[in-house]
Amino acid sequence: MTQKRKELLVDPLVDNNPITLQVLGICSALAVTTSLQVAFVMSLAVIAVTGFSSMFISMLRNHIPSSIRIIVQMVIIASLVILVDQILKAYAFEISKTLSVFVGLIITNCIVMGRAEAFAMKNPPIASFIDGIGNGLGYGLILMLVGVVRELFGSGSLFGVTILETVSNGGWYVPNGMLLLPPSAFFIIGLLIWVFRSWKPQQVEEREFKIQTVEAH
Amino acid sequence: MADESPDKEGRKGPLRRFLDLPTDSIPKTLFVAVALCLCASMVVSVAAVALRPIQEENRLRDKRINILQVAGLYEPGENVAEAFNAFEPHVLDIRTGTFTDAFDPLTFDDKAASDDPEISRALGDDPAGIGRQSNFKTIYLLRSEDGAIDKVILPVHGYGLWSTLYGFIALEANGNDIFGLQFYDHAETPGLGAEVDNPRWKALWSGKRLRDDGGDLQITVDKNPSAAGIDYHIDGLAGATLTSRGVDNLVKFWMGKEGYATFLSNLQAGEIS
Repeated sequence: MTQKRKELLVDPLVDNNPITLQVLGICSALAVTTSLQVAFVMSLAVIAVTGFSSMFISMLRNHIPSSIRIIVQMVIIASLVILVDQILKAYAFEISKTLSVFVGLIITNCIVMGRAEAFAMKNPPIASFIDGIGNGLGYGLILMLVGVVRELFGSGSLFGVTILETVSNGGWYVPNGMLLLPPSAFFIIGLLIWVFRSWKPQQVEEREFKIQTVEAH
Repeated sequence: MADESPDKEGRKGPLRRFLDLPTDSIPKTLFVAVALCLCASMVVSVAAVALRPIQEENRLRDKRINILQVAGLYEPGENVAEAFNAFEPHVLDIRTGTFTDAFDPLTFDDKAASDDPEISRALGDDPAGIGRQSNFKTIYLLRSEDGAIDKVILPVHGYGLWSTLYGFIALEANGNDIFGLQFYDHAETPGLGAEVDNPRWKALWSGKRLRDDGGDLQITVDKNPSAAGIDYHIDGLAGATLTSRGVDNLVKFWMGKEGYATFLSNLQAGEIS
């Protein structure tokens, strides 16, 4: 049992990562990774929401009528997101301003809904909670990796601490402005998926369409 | 789900009876929907009410930081409340362009005032999209060491694309040269309209002029400069045409005769001290 729980927690980090394997939650991963601090807070928010929403949905799973199950899941997820948003506004005001709408958009983050529908509706609360935390961590891990690259090479700092002194502050480093723009996160996530799939070839999907080869006569 | 032994049948409470209904039956569906909504709304409203005082404090602090920033005085890490003492708040009657003692500038609430029919008016022609305009605004004076007015900080607001933008515009003592513009509250699209917070765009405002030598309001936020020239032109935000237009409208409105024009001409005439 404990082995299984450990798997639930560790599996989504690399082997079944929600971003690199399932390619979910990309939208917010583009938007909040320009600085590590913001990415970190966003990760914490998503971990809390996926964990607790999976747990509550699992607790109610035998009482959720199938006709309104998606709405029930949405109500639970939305309430938790509002709760997180209110707490951020009270205790991390600056960061909540930077995150702005993206905290609210956790509601529509496919990872949260995906875990609720695919796992929490069929499994007991503790396992669902761990699964939610695991998937949140998997999301957070990618956010942090992307954030490190974007902040280090885009603004020459990590967690706001200057590592590479930029030219505008009298240093030597010319920051790569493209990394601060959303498209760069696409490239970085694409490269990460490449790295992950080279490391774990079983993640490579089979081709849906094969190019026909015509035999020579 | 729970134990279904028949001898307990008689002692079931109403809640139990509902929970034991077939999950897909209509009464159960309604029960689950109503109960869940009640619980969720309780959690959300308790959190919102309990955390409001701390959030209000944050908002006030943030507003002060923005006033300090627009005046070019903010240094990260300093004591905001202390630094804010440099400003001299006044409640301004925008119709006469003079200060009034009718309200305490420290507690006067600009947002609430624009909803109060006694001290505000509905706007017929409303380019800034604000609906009602308060007759009184809290403004901030910054004095140089010899006591002369150095800068005036005027609150402005207006509708952008999605939201009302609230901000401050800092003018030099001549009431015509812009020192800076800063928004402290808006919900424009991150990366596009929200670029009104971009320091490089905000820096464009410094040194621009409101009125030409003839006294006509020439300031414009647009793609191309108007005939008046670049001294009166701020480049619009790329990809955020409607937000830029909103900023253009609100600046023209608040600097115009419906806004602070009377006060600014009083200031230029040296009638404000």
